[in-house]
Amino acid sequence: MEKSVILRVDHLKKHFAVTKGLLIMKVIGWVKAVDDISFSIRQGETLALVGESGCGKTTTAKVILRLEKPTAGQVFIDGKDVHTLEGNDLREYRTMVQAVFQDPWSSLCPRMRVREIVAEPLVINRRPSRPEVDARVEEMLAAVGLRSQQANLYPHEFSGGQRQRIAMASALISDPKVIVLDEPVSALDVSIRAQIMNLLVDLQQQFQVSYLLIAHHLATTRYMAHEVAVMYLGKIVERAETEELYKNPLHPYTKALFSAALPSHPDINHEEIILAGEVPSPINPPAGCHFHPRCPFAMRQCSEVEPEFKEIAPNHLVACHLY
Amino acid sequence: MPRQIGDVILEVHDLHTHIFTRWGVVKAVDGVSFYLRQGETLGIVGESGCGKTMTALSLLRLVPRPGGRIVQGKIMLEGENLLGKSDNEMRHIRGRRISMILQDPQTSLNPVFSIGNQLIEGIRIHHHQEGYQSLVRRAIDALKQVRVAAPERRVQDYPHQMSGGMKQRVVGAISISCEPRVIIADEPTTSLDVTIQAQYLRLLREIQEDTGLSLIFITHDFGIVAKMCDRVMVMYAGRVVESGPVREIFNKPSHPYTQALLSSVPKLEERPERLYSIQGQPPALWDVPPGCRFASRCAYADDRCQQAYPPSFTVGEGHIADCWRLEDSWKNQ
Repeated sequence: MEKSVILRVDHLKKHFAVTKGLLIMKVIGWVKAVDDISFSIRQGETLALVGESGCGKTTTAKVILRLEKPTAGQVFIDGKDVHTLEGNDLREYRTMVQAVFQDPWSSLCPRMRVREIVAEPLVINRRPSRPEVDARVEEMLAAVGLRSQQANLYPHEFSGGQRQRIAMASALISDPKVIVLDEPVSALDVSIRAQIMNLLVDLQQQFQVSYLLIAHHLATTRYMAHEVAVMYLGKIVERAETEELYKNPLHPYTKALFSAALPSHPDINHEEIILAGEVPSPINPPAGCHFHPRCPFAMRQCSEVEPEFKEIAPNHLVACHLY
Repeated sequence: MPRQIGDVILEVHDLHTHIFTRWGVVKAVDGVSFYLRQGETLGIVGESGCGKTMTALSLLRLVPRPGGRIVQGKIMLEGENLLGKSDNEMRHIRGRRISMILQDPQTSLNPVFSIGNQLIEGIRIHHHQEGYQSLVRRAIDALKQVRVAAPERRVQDYPHQMSGGMKQRVVGAISISCEPRVIIADEPTTSLDVTIQAQYLRLLREIQEDTGLSLIFITHDFGIVAKMCDRVMVMYAGRVVESGPVREIFNKPSHPYTQALLSSVPKLEERPERLYSIQGQPPALWDVPPGCRFASRCAYADDRCQQAYPPSFTVGEGHIADCWRLEDSWKNQ
C-alpha cells in the first residue's frame, strides 16, 4: 500500500543577501543557502538530509518550520502551502510540525518544570482544560519512558538522554504529522545514543509520524532513515532509498563521504577517496557543478554546465555528468 | 605499514587523580596503569566523565588547580618520573617531550595573536637562545609539516582568517613544533566535518610515520580506534576495564561494557533489525560503588560484582579485562 505524502518541498530556494556599509547598505552578493531542492516524505517514514556544515540542511529545516521565508518555491504539509497559512490554519500547522534539537542542555528552558515544557505546544495552540493537559502529559511521558512523578522536576535534574526524551514528549503531545530532528543524538554519549535511536524508531511506529532527520553521521542515518538525500552547497546531489544508496552510491561526493566515514572494524578498509580542500564559500559557489573543484572525476563540462537531477534507477536520483 | 614500534617510552602506574570539591572527592582517575611504546598509537575510549581527559591532563601535569590533585601513582616518561619534577622542569618537558592537541581549535587558539606568534610562544621556551628570525623559520617549518599551503604568508594570519580544519592543523603544528616524543590528541576531530576529519587523520598518520612519535588518541568513537590505533584501553568511571591490541578488542571483547558499547554502535556496513542499547547511567564519581562500577548496568551482574572490584584477568596476548565472569573461564581451563 502506498502511503500518502505528508510533507512536500517543491523547488525550494533560500538566498541570503550579503550587504556592505552601515547607513547606505549595498547588496554585494547572495548566499545561496538552499538552491532549488525538492523532496517529499510519506506518512510514518523518515527522510534524512546528509551533508557537511554549511550545505543548507539546517536552513531547509528552518524554512519548513516557518522560521525563515523561502526566496522561491513552496513547502506543502498535507497539501497546504505552509507559507500562505493564516489564522486557524496557521494554528493547526503549528500543532502539525514540531522539532527536536541537537543539544538538550540548551533547548529546554531551565526555569520550566517538565510538565510545562511538555504541555506547551498543546496549551498554546489548543487551549485545553487543566485535567486534559495533565492526562495528556502523563500519557506522553509514559510513551517516552519517563515516570509521571518526574513531571514536577526541572530539566537540570535529568541526564542528556532523559532530556532528549522530554524534548520528544513535548514534540509528540500535539499529535504532529512531521517532526524535524536536528542531529538528535550527536550531543549524547555513545552508550545513550542507541537507547534514544531505538526510542525514536519505536515512537515513529506507534504514532505514525514522519521524521525529517538532519544528520552528518552516516551509520546513524542508515539505522533511522527510509530515504536519504545528500546535500552539497545548497543542492541535493543524490537521493535514494536508504538501502539502495548505501549499497550503490553514485555521486562522487556521496562516495567520498562514505569513504571518509569511519570503519566499524579494524579489518574493514574503505576505499580511500580523500577530498582535497574544503567546502568552498557559498557566496560565490563554483560555476557548473558546485562539486567540480574537489571532484576526482571532474571533466571539462563539469565546470561549465550544471548537471541535471536525473533518475538513474527507480527512485535513485543523481545530479552528475558521469551518468 | 612501514611504522616501527619500539621500546616502552611512557609508563603510567596506578595513577589516582582526585578533584576535591566542597561536596566531596571526585575520583576522576582511580587507579589507571598503562604503557606506550615508541611509534605506537594507543586509543583511550570511554564516555564523557569516565576520566580519559583527566588521565591525559595528569600526564602533562596540567590537572586543574585548585581542586585537582594527583594523589598517587607514577608517570615514567623515558625512565624519569614526571610526578617528581618541579613546575619549572615540567615547562621544559611539555612541548619538547610530551605535548597535547586539544579538542576544539576555536577555543584553544587565542583570537588576538597571529598564529605565528602563538607558535613561537612554545618554541621560544625550548630555543630561547635563538634570534627571532630563526624562531619564525621554525614556526614556518612546523606549518609546512602539517601541510598548510603558503606557510610564509599564513604565519601572519589570525585564527579568524582560517577555516576550522586549517585551525586544527595549526593546533597540530603547535604541538609538533618542538619535536615531542609523545603527543596526546584529545578528541581532535570531533568539531570537524567528515571529509576534513579524514584529511586530518591521514595527516596525523603521515606525521607519525615521518617522525616515529607515539600517539595517545582520546576518543569516544570506536571508528577512530579501528582506523588509527594499535592498542586500545577502555575506561569506565575512572578505571580501565579492558585493554589490548585493537584486533583482539574488536574480535574478542571480554568485558561486558566493551561488548555492549561495540554492539550499540550503529554500523555503516549493515543495518541491524534493532540496536542493542545499554540501560541506565554511569555512576556518579563522588559516590562510586565498592564493587564493579558497571554492575548496575551489566546484564550478567551477580552478588560478587556488587561486593568487590574484580581483579584483572589476561584473556589473550596483551589483552586484559577486569570482570568476575572471566574468573570462571579461568578456572575451567
